[in-house]
Amino acid sequence: MDDGATQQAPPMLWADLHIHTVASPCAEIEMLPSLIVGRAAALGLGCIAITDHNTTANIQAVARCASAYGIRVIPGMEVQTREEVHLLCLFDTIEQAFAWQNIVDAALPDMKNRDDVFGAQLVVDENDGFVRLIERMLLIAADISVDQTVLEVNRLGGIVIAAHIDRQAYSIITALGFIPPDMNLAALEVSRATTIAEAKKRYPFVQNWPLITNSDAHRLDEMCRSIPLEHEIASVRKLMFGKQGSYTL
Amino acid sequence: MKASDLVIELHAQVVAGAGNLDREVTGGYASDLLSCVMAAAQPGNVWITLQAHMNVIAIAVLLDLSAVVITEGVHPDAEVLARAEEKGVPVLLCPQGTFSAVAQLAQAGIGGVR
Repeated sequence: MDDGATQQAPPMLWADLHIHTVASPCAEIEMLPSLIVGRAAALGLGCIAITDHNTTANIQAVARCASAYGIRVIPGMEVQTREEVHLLCLFDTIEQAFAWQNIVDAALPDMKNRDDVFGAQLVVDENDGFVRLIERMLLIAADISVDQTVLEVNRLGGIVIAAHIDRQAYSIITALGFIPPDMNLAALEVSRATTIAEAKKRYPFVQNWPLITNSDAHRLDEMCRSIPLEHEIASVRKLMFGKQGSYTL
Repeated sequence: MKASDLVIELHAQVVAGAGNLDREVTGGYASDLLSCVMAAAQPGNVWITLQAHMNVIAIAVLLDLSAVVITEGVHPDAEVLARAEEKGVPVLLCPQGTFSAVAQLAQAGIGGVR
């Protein structure tokens, strides 16, 4: 278990910063705004980030739905870089997220998704109503590097978290062998398959990085209380992730 | 076979480490997962990949590889090439896919390491 958590005061609010919607072809059809928000409310989450694969298309629908519950929605994206690394890009505003989307769109190969192979990529409204299909393939690497991603997302005012570093696929450690110490990552995310303590043991070089866990939910029942926050998030840039899965502002 | 022979076999373009091509090539390893390369490639090996991140150079130095071949026409950034030049790592670019490059080198007598 996380050795630091026991010494902390109870959090002011819980966050889960890695959640997929039906725009991600691999997400279950139940990942609809009202159900995500309902599940977040049931879990007592005060803050969720919507991070679909290479798309920001459903963030506003979830945010509109969440406002009635007082749940903060952080606009995000799980981008797949040229090196086949998944990075969580988190922003303060939807405008920043859309600006990032423009960069990703220009870097995505012009290929059509195959619903029958990968699943449908659905854009929905805040009432879970169907709006359109995203025809372009999203489960593919954008021709943008890890370093460019960090640079551009930071420039736009966002932060970057390396996703599921402990997994075989799409992990920065698997793809790049190690994490350059000067890379401006806000944190490293460990998947739920591994505890933070196990990750530190397995990858000694991550000791000095802030480590966090998120649900990476593709199904409603995967959503969980992931990150204890001491305060409301004024700005994602001010999030200081601790080395024991703790948080300060 | 020397690293300079790789250039001839692949009709490759040398973009860094040109002064360091007289090393003997001890074998070949091909992967785009740098974690696998770190675990498996041997000193003096030529590494064939389409990755062009800065870490490629670090790993080539760490493992004392004789050369890195970057396939598919991928061109590394200037900083990556500057680091390779500084560290004396030969970086060879070729338009072929990895399979073709490996096949060419295997035919020229370079063996795999595992």
